[in-house]
Amino acid sequence: MKKEDVPQQGGLNAGCREVNYAVDSDGRYTLEQSVGWEAKNIALRQAWTAIVAQLHAVITEIKAGKKSALAYHMVRKQMDSHLLSQYTGLAHWRVKRHLKPAVFARLDRTALVPYAELFGLSVDALRKVPDEPDLPLPEFDQAEGE
Amino acid sequence: MKIDFSHRQFAHCESGVTANLLNHHGFPCSEALVFGIGAGLFFAYVPFIRINKMPLTTYRIGPGSIFKKATRRLGIEVRKQKFNNPAAAEKELDRLLVAGRPVGAQTGVFWLPFFPPAYRFHFNGHNLVVIGKDEDDYLISDPIFEEPVRCPASDLRKARFAQGAPAPKGKIYYIEKMPTEFDLPGAVTAGIRDVCRVMLKTPVPLVGVRGIRLLSRQLANWPTKLDEEQTILHLGHVIRMQEEIGTGGGGFRFIYAAFLQEAAELLENDRLLDLAGHCTDIGDLWRDFALLASRVCRGRAAVQDSFNDLAELLRQCAAEEEKFYRQLQAAICR
Repeated sequence: MKKEDVPQQGGLNAGCREVNYAVDSDGRYTLEQSVGWEAKNIALRQAWTAIVAQLHAVITEIKAGKKSALAYHMVRKQMDSHLLSQYTGLAHWRVKRHLKPAVFARLDRTALVPYAELFGLSVDALRKVPDEPDLPLPEFDQAEGE
Repeated sequence: MKIDFSHRQFAHCESGVTANLLNHHGFPCSEALVFGIGAGLFFAYVPFIRINKMPLTTYRIGPGSIFKKATRRLGIEVRKQKFNNPAAAEKELDRLLVAGRPVGAQTGVFWLPFFPPAYRFHFNGHNLVVIGKDEDDYLISDPIFEEPVRCPASDLRKARFAQGAPAPKGKIYYIEKMPTEFDLPGAVTAGIRDVCRVMLKTPVPLVGVRGIRLLSRQLANWPTKLDEEQTILHLGHVIRMQEEIGTGGGGFRFIYAAFLQEAAELLENDRLLDLAGHCTDIGDLWRDFALLASRVCRGRAAVQDSFNDLAELLRQCAAEEEKFYRQLQAAICR
């Protein structure tokens, strides 16, 4: 890659610049800053689009009474039941039970504390599910990725 | 307290951390040199290990290896610790900081608040240097970023004890003692020899040049084997592994080319200069692959034709890399 070819196509980098290696006119390598590259912006957007789709799917399932609110927060933090069990230290079968709406509704506050602490939410927030996915990405705009 | 630590921004976390630590302890060196001595260049495609439900594709060797190999080849004494208990891990870190020692740490990316939100995935092979503490914030030199950053202690604790493979378990590492003299040419030669051996001779067909060929064969079958959505996701995953922050572009091939330029001077070997050029061409070929792959992803069309083209590009990468490592091996065997 030549110095003048270092891409400057910003996307989801939130103002951060990263280092690319490129050759100058004498053929020597230099470190050049880049705000991003189209190819990886596409790949990154695609990964987030998949997460958004997963969140939509889980919201539908929760509304249909198939899953508990915990499922939404789990997916929102890009976790599955195995990872959630490792983080909370709870047995996997228990985490899986907590993903069922009937079981989840019966849980008292102390049972929810490990989840709330992990996700950085209050216990009350843990019981709630938004109508639309709330992503941590202000600059994420699906239309741009298409 | 804050240790007087000169922060330099680099492309890759672990080689950047190692270069900055060596610099702090009186051995000025570039990231590329550390990357080369630590034999960071790699390729593996392991379809039965899943990362985010995608087959593991990696252009670099596992976390910790660059630091380990680079320091060993330079004769530097290091110390590494892992912990079961987050409180003990934090206490030990604080003790080292008070003693004025910058400490390398392996962390998960997901919990680090200073990362752009879009990059916060569950990836646990990130490295940074802790250089101080100010009340409840740690001061951190993360070589991916332009400036040193702050991180609340509670977030760093979560990041150091991130779960999932590979779990860092609070791993910290630091330099104990520098040698009085270095065998730099010896270390550089050993690093080059290591990369050539791994890329050409690893006895499993998942690693090195054979791994690239395996990916090429499997990728050509994705449109028939997987549904359209999965095909596109699989392809996007390969691009991300290759070009995501930390590779310096072209799946680390450009960093390695920069290393070969330095090695040519250190070993007074002009052959390496030509090979640096070859390595740049290989990096460009990988970039072509990423660009074409991203266009396939954007079109969201899992067209068999474009997958055949992509597979052909990968075969080219494999063929060029094989030639490159053979010539590199010959160039240092004098």
